[in-house]
Amino acid sequence: MDGGGGSRENVTAGGGYTEELHVLAVDDSLVDRKLVERLLKNSSCKVTTAENGLRALEFLGLGDEKRTSLEDNVSKVNLIITDYCMPGMTGYELLKKIKESSILKEIPVVIMSSENIPTRINKCLEEGAQMFMLKPLKQSDVVKLRCNLMNCRS
Amino acid sequence: MEVVQMQRAWVEYTKSLFREGFLDAQFQQLQLLQDESNPDFVAEVVSLFFEDSERLLSDLTFALEQQSVDFKKVDAHVHQLKGSSSSIGAQRVKNDCIAFRSFCEEQNVEGCQRCLQQVKQDYSLVKSKLEALIRLEQQIVAAGGSIPMEELSF
Repeated sequence: MDGGGGSRENVTAGGGYTEELHVLAVDDSLVDRKLVERLLKNSSCKVTTAENGLRALEFLGLGDEKRTSLEDNVSKVNLIITDYCMPGMTGYELLKKIKESSILKEIPVVIMSSENIPTRINKCLEEGAQMFMLKPLKQSDVVKLRCNLMNCRS
Repeated sequence: MEVVQMQRAWVEYTKSLFREGFLDAQFQQLQLLQDESNPDFVAEVVSLFFEDSERLLSDLTFALEQQSVDFKKVDAHVHQLKGSSSSIGAQRVKNDCIAFRSFCEEQNVEGCQRCLQQVKQDYSLVKSKLEALIRLEQQIVAAGGSIPMEELSF
């Protein structure tokens, strides 16, 4: 799993927010991780990738090894985007774990899938997913994503 | 060959790959993500795709050779291959995988084996074409030229 380097404050001196989002992207496919990372970086996002749900939870501070200071990674992540179909923990299960956590539940979670299955989509939205995106991802999807997030923030 | 001739060859070759259905619009999305700060993006993703596919095709061959075929496992591999080929725009491979999955669902061993042969064939074709395309791009850049993406209007 690769990190994005040092942290950057999201709050400017005047009290406003910068545009930079720190996104945690979770996908078991190497090709898709590379693609989503580039798409997000092209939209001025800072990106951390994880290859499965467990690694993602560890990064977020919910792993087996308890950390004394959870602030580090948690406060940095503004968005989690995860694939639905993953071996072991699915994206849906990851979503549930995040929404069940008092520290993490406010972080928007977006689910991606190559399959357009209405029951799957509804299930995710009902569990609190911010958005559902169909793969393969394109630039226009990331634009839509940012708009969606901005609307929710204001 | 002069840069201008190479650029022209690149445009013609790329157009033919789209026309013949080897690549679809998703590949253009990848090309759009490549720029001066990420000049090797397409080559990198394509290379990951090759690694991934070769592993999956090998796993599929092994799985279908078994006395008692585990169709769930076969389907899982095909699903992965479908995903990555879709993400890079390798249309023929993706479509072959769609057909392959129906045979998995029917638990039809012969059908699956035929599909595997088809996928291998189409993969091999797209691989050599993408390698040729990338080589041409590298030659253009080495000769001081740029890749004329803007000439790919469809």
